[in-house]
Amino acid sequence: MKLINHALGRRTVLKGGAAIVATLAAPAIVRGAEPDPIKIGILQPVTGALAQDGEYGRRGAEFAIADINEAGGIKALDGAKLEMVFGDARSTPEAGTQEVERMQEEGVVAIVGGFASPICLAASQAAARYDLPYIVDVGVSDQIVDRGLANTFRFAPGFALCTAAAVENLIRINEAAGKPAKTVALVHEDGLFGSGLAKLMAAELPKHGFEILEMLAVPTPSRDLSNVVLQLRSLNPDLIIPSTYYGETVLLARTMQQQRVRPMGVYAVLNGAASNRRFVSEFPEAAENVMDCNHWHDPRNEKATSLQERIEADGNQYNYNTPLNYSCVGLLADAIERAATADRAGIIEALASSTYADHLMPYGATKFENGQNMGAAPVSTQVQSGDIKVVFPEEFANAEPNFPSNA
Amino acid sequence: MYPPIIIIEAMLNGLLTGAIYALVALGLTLVYGVLHIINFAHGATLAGAMFAVWGLNAGLGVDPYLAIPILAPIFFVLGYAVQRFVIGPAAHGDDGNILLITLGLSILIENSLLAAFGSDTRSVSTDISFSVVELGPFLLSTARLVGFAGSAVVGLLFWLLMTHTDTGKAIRAVAKEKLGARLVGINVGHVYAVTFGLGCAALAIAASFLMPTFYVNPRVGGAFVSIAFTVVVLGGMGSVPGAMAGGLIIGMVESVSGLFLGESLGQIGIFIIFILVLLLRPTGLFGAKA
Repeated sequence: MKLINHALGRRTVLKGGAAIVATLAAPAIVRGAEPDPIKIGILQPVTGALAQDGEYGRRGAEFAIADINEAGGIKALDGAKLEMVFGDARSTPEAGTQEVERMQEEGVVAIVGGFASPICLAASQAAARYDLPYIVDVGVSDQIVDRGLANTFRFAPGFALCTAAAVENLIRINEAAGKPAKTVALVHEDGLFGSGLAKLMAAELPKHGFEILEMLAVPTPSRDLSNVVLQLRSLNPDLIIPSTYYGETVLLARTMQQQRVRPMGVYAVLNGAASNRRFVSEFPEAAENVMDCNHWHDPRNEKATSLQERIEADGNQYNYNTPLNYSCVGLLADAIERAATADRAGIIEALASSTYADHLMPYGATKFENGQNMGAAPVSTQVQSGDIKVVFPEEFANAEPNFPSNA
Repeated sequence: MYPPIIIIEAMLNGLLTGAIYALVALGLTLVYGVLHIINFAHGATLAGAMFAVWGLNAGLGVDPYLAIPILAPIFFVLGYAVQRFVIGPAAHGDDGNILLITLGLSILIENSLLAAFGSDTRSVSTDISFSVVELGPFLLSTARLVGFAGSAVVGLLFWLLMTHTDTGKAIRAVAKEKLGARLVGINVGHVYAVTFGLGCAALAIAASFLMPTFYVNPRVGGAFVSIAFTVVVLGGMGSVPGAMAGGLIIGMVESVSGLFLGESLGQIGIFIIFILVLLLRPTGLFGAKA
């Protein structure tokens, strides 16, 4: 028997977070003579609907700050240490904006985070009023970088980059297996995210020889997906592409397992569940072989795997936003180092010309164009034997794709 | 067009879901039939019961089905006490007041749950959450079949209670003629409280059957109660067999219209029935003429 319990976890983590803030702050008082610490704002939703994801992100940022300080801080500024000013975006754009204002008053030199697109949009706009550099960690909406804000940088791939890569990866995985999959059923949530993604897939995939059998819309939240799974059983598609949120993806996978619907593959895109360890650990049988095209760390990067080990050693779960936030803080520290100043304009200039490559993601060197890191790309992951493996592209893969899955 | 097997299985799924709707509607219709009030706290009480099932499972490892003998008596006593000591005295004999009190109770319960558990969604996963029973070409969820059987048993027990026991006779007497019942020596306040308690106990049982396949958050009750109202109207206000039949019909309509119109639009079937019943047969299938 398993239970889902956020409340306990959140409180313990809050205490842990407070302790870390305290330990970070304490040496600064003791040191006295050392250079003033550089305050950086970390904005994450750690309460409300997105609390689980906010914790993953915050943990990544905390580890990055601790590692940078341990390695001697910012050398160009006499070894000045980084100091975290944490803001809880409380899962709403309004709260995110308030926290930006508070961070501004506390004198941060830059802000990292946001997680959800609406929070990133509002918070980066608020930061822009103070010419405060803002590094978006996850938010995939392309509107974030399309507004032409000079202060806003997105290290991770956005919606357009992700969907293009998802289609490309799917075609390549299918080709490598001898093109077994021909028919596709799309299951999407009926909001902007799901239906937008489904429409895009329905337009792109037929160009590459796939036949779209059906597009099934489901509401969020859904009481029951039996009917959707019944339809899938009668359609018998080779591939099922779900673009739904966590709860519905879990419900769909569980009901499919129950109803013995076993397509050649379940290929999710930017899915809330398919590359989430909570899903894998709670419903291992339903999750097995599910593929996702999403953010993930580079499994061949030793810094990334050691971060994963350190976080799991504390009994915490590791998710894609942990290395992403770790890398974003690294990107910011690198920019401050090269700018040799904690001045905002200098940092923005250094970020814009960044070629940062010492991160944990499967990206290569950083290259910003209008605030978007063009080197960023998602990877295709697959749940294999209860673990999340990268299966494509080959240069980052740590496992072969198991496709077709139910041969 | 779908092959017949798919349509039949959708109908079967609907029947299984409908049995739970019936159980939720049972308490609502009973309270309406006797106290002549709509209990607005019904949904919040259901959410409370679901949290109780979740809590017993998460805290003490109690199987949701084994929670029934624990929670049904507790919720009966709670319901009895609330009606006897809160709603009854506060109403001052005016039914209009009762409406407002139950509305207030629902706000109180919902927000207490929100304060205690937050708005997160929780679920219980038991060994039978994933298992299915093969019935020819059909695969039916074991947990839902158990819920269906349990709901049928509870429905039968309620019906027997109402028709074959002195308590049932007293409840029916109070429902029909309050003053007359009082004149022959029936304690009306006690009967009201027993009825309210029975309604709450039915919710505790429904919650236990729901949790293995469903999730809970403080606002979950609303999703079921809007359907339960439709069930009560369809079956006839105050009728136990009506609630059972209405629940099954609504479950089936929801499932089939969901299949043909899609999950988002499928709910429309329920509300079309609601409007048609009100237009064509306002007393419902089993309802007596008012």
